[in-house]
Amino acid sequence: MNNQPSSSPADRLARTLGRRRARETRLKIYGILAVATGLVLLTVLLSSILLLGYRAFQQTYIALDIHFDPQVIAPDGRLDLDSLRGADYSALIRRALQDKFPEVTGRRSKRSLYRLLSVGAPNQLRKMVLADSHLIGTTRTVWLIAHSDVDMYMKGYFEQNGPSQQGRLKDAQTGWIEQLAAEDRLEKRFNWVFFTSGDSREPELAGILGALMGSIYAIGLTLALSFPLGVAAAVYLEEFAPKKNFWVDLIEVNINNLAAVPSIVFGLLGLAVYLNFFGLPRSTPLVGGLVLTLMTLPTIIIASRAALKAVPPWIREAALGVGASKMQMVTDHVLPLALPGMLTGAIIGIAQALGETAPLLMIGMVAFIVDIPQGLTDPATALPVQIYLWADSAERGFVERAAAAILVLLLFMLIMNALAIILRRRFERRW
Amino acid sequence: MQPDTLILILLGLSACAYYIGIRRALAVSGGHPRKLHSLPRYYGYFAVLWCALPALLILILWLALDDKVITQLVIAALPEEVRELPEERLNLFFNQVRNALAGVIPPRDPTVQAAAEHYRNLQAISGGCLTALTLVAAIAGAIWARNRIRPDLWARNQVEKILRFFLILSSVLAILTTIGIVLSVLFESLRFFKQVPLPDFLFGLHWSPQIAIRPGQVGSSGAFGFIPLLAGTLLISAIAMLVAVPLGLLAAIYLAEFAHRKVRAATKPLLEVLAGVPTVVYGFFAALVVAPFLHGLGETVALEISFESALGAGLVMGIMIIPFVSSLSDDVIHAVPQNLRDGAYALGATRAEAITQVVIPAALPGIVGGVLLAVSRAIGETMIVVMAAGLSANLTLNPLESVTTITVQIVGLLVGDQEFDSPKTLAAFALGLVLFLITLSLNVLALHVVRKYREEYE
Repeated sequence: MNNQPSSSPADRLARTLGRRRARETRLKIYGILAVATGLVLLTVLLSSILLLGYRAFQQTYIALDIHFDPQVIAPDGRLDLDSLRGADYSALIRRALQDKFPEVTGRRSKRSLYRLLSVGAPNQLRKMVLADSHLIGTTRTVWLIAHSDVDMYMKGYFEQNGPSQQGRLKDAQTGWIEQLAAEDRLEKRFNWVFFTSGDSREPELAGILGALMGSIYAIGLTLALSFPLGVAAAVYLEEFAPKKNFWVDLIEVNINNLAAVPSIVFGLLGLAVYLNFFGLPRSTPLVGGLVLTLMTLPTIIIASRAALKAVPPWIREAALGVGASKMQMVTDHVLPLALPGMLTGAIIGIAQALGETAPLLMIGMVAFIVDIPQGLTDPATALPVQIYLWADSAERGFVERAAAAILVLLLFMLIMNALAIILRRRFERRW
Repeated sequence: MQPDTLILILLGLSACAYYIGIRRALAVSGGHPRKLHSLPRYYGYFAVLWCALPALLILILWLALDDKVITQLVIAALPEEVRELPEERLNLFFNQVRNALAGVIPPRDPTVQAAAEHYRNLQAISGGCLTALTLVAAIAGAIWARNRIRPDLWARNQVEKILRFFLILSSVLAILTTIGIVLSVLFESLRFFKQVPLPDFLFGLHWSPQIAIRPGQVGSSGAFGFIPLLAGTLLISAIAMLVAVPLGLLAAIYLAEFAHRKVRAATKPLLEVLAGVPTVVYGFFAALVVAPFLHGLGETVALEISFESALGAGLVMGIMIIPFVSSLSDDVIHAVPQNLRDGAYALGATRAEAITQVVIPAALPGIVGGVLLAVSRAIGETMIVVMAAGLSANLTLNPLESVTTITVQIVGLLVGDQEFDSPKTLAAFALGLVLFLITLSLNVLALHVVRKYREEYE
């Protein structure tokens, strides 16, 4: 074999080189495919949520000619606030619908006619009358909020899923809807309700404001507590702690471990300590914020330590050299230089806390709450929890709103991350 | 007064104290600030600390304890026959009182009504005392500090001492949190293991906590077997890792070794977006997009795929973990020094050979450590499985069937009405303890692998 010229090293190299080159190309292609798959998956994730959710930003309204009949609103002629508030506004709507569709008779078909409108529609009229009592006695064309089923029909969900899904709407109802649409009495408008109200049992009346406020309170508390505490802990560990000390080592190991503890375990901690031991009120942003604080602390401490490490030692030496105390060196020189980096880390930690759901389930923030929370101790839910609740619901209208709420949540995450990037760019310093 | 308004008032008082402290310091120095030991602002801080700290301490302690004390006082004032009730009945009674207080359910029982009345009165008294006490403490502290300010007062040292104490306290918080986790989970778990023997929990093959709480049922032990949950968790995590490890690793290799700098700068942050997406969004995606898609796919090939299949949850969890694996591996591959690659090239290796035979082996400990961390994250992940995996504990290896996981069961057991003496709710803490121990040991193992087998090049 050896003396055959074809197996000289150069020849063998030439023979295998093609194969080896091909292997290299393959590895490269696999890599490109992996990156592309990741990006495609990201696109699929975002676009499917966008597709599911964008329609929730619009809501169907029905125009009816409402006669604000004094006989109905104030049958005894009293026009004080209480009787205006307690008047039977749904009677006005029923009458307007009957005037519109005089051919509908029979108790059952009338009821399905009334079902075209949301149960929140009378409330709209109440607000109008309370705002302007001169309306009484006049006839106005009012755009009233439609029932979720009508909304779903108008958005084409039922056509997509075939007639089998149409069970919720009767043929007669679709006929009325088509008739109203033909008369331009049906319109999709921007869904203000979604941004201005709390949760509701009716999809068309459900909004994210309550959950958003709950999130803001909880996250605000988290930021207020975890940033100072995290920075303080980082400063101590970086600047003051003795090196090679059992306790300091213990703290370090602890912080690293806490960063990797599953979030739901923090929920269990909150349940056992804050709720059962200290008896803090359930379902409140107060407890939510306290739990999220413990969860984000390790992240903030680690980021803050990195920021402190990046400040060069000669800054410290110079400060000490002109007679500053060690604390003055930290507070007046090192900390201001490290602060942008710390803030970046804090924003990223807070963004994570904003999207966190599992620990909040443990402390009861999954309760159904209609009211908008006014403070830290009001029962509330949070934005991601609201998404979870709506996604769990069988009704199409809620699923659509869950996707829309996700879009709002992602927008907040985007803003926070952009803020972190801007901060980093703006204050980045090369020594 | 509400605690938040009280805190706002305290803030205002502290601002005043700062001003007073500085004014006083300048006054006692007789117009020569140089005679002072510290800079004037330190006298301000000194006054602020004396004004705010005692008051805050009172506020926090009071708020933490007042509910307990009031409850005890109300119980003490209850009629004899109510006080004699067994503990659960007493708790029930107190729930009625709380409901009456919240105005949710108007009380029918006059004793409840009276207790609620008493409770409300005590609360009002407590609130008044708290307000008075904090404000007095704040003002007294400020005045005391003001009177102590003299030119030879070492204000800076005192302020720094307190600040330093606060710094130490903040770092100790990490230890306290860990202790809190361990104790709270451990205590409730011990109560659980008193009712359900430990071997039954660890080796039981049957999990159905719902049956066990039916009243009158004896021996709930058989229903708390942990094995199906562990199997389900591992199955879903394994699927997730099958997705995430190859994709993440190949992406990391490409980005670190082949990709142009600009491509890398553009793609890496995009991939990391996947890590920043909240898990509830993945859960939504899994439950409403991936699960129906898989189900439909199964139908076209006449395969029964459950809507809550382990496959769906695992796939989506895998997507979530891709960036985790890729950025950790990317960092490690980057850390392999260039001269190792150059050496390989000098011996005639192609780029692929240098990567597979030199760079990857050198980076392996770091990669393994990263993968272990990713596994621990998959095991502890909650929202995806809560929304996309099932609730029934099937002991199966078939990824097309529905399985349940540890975290799903914790959420299932603890969301809703709870009483903390049934094995059902206590089981959640036992599961939490197991989860904590599993993830903790994985993390420790990962750190150990990285530390022990890391190649030192310098």
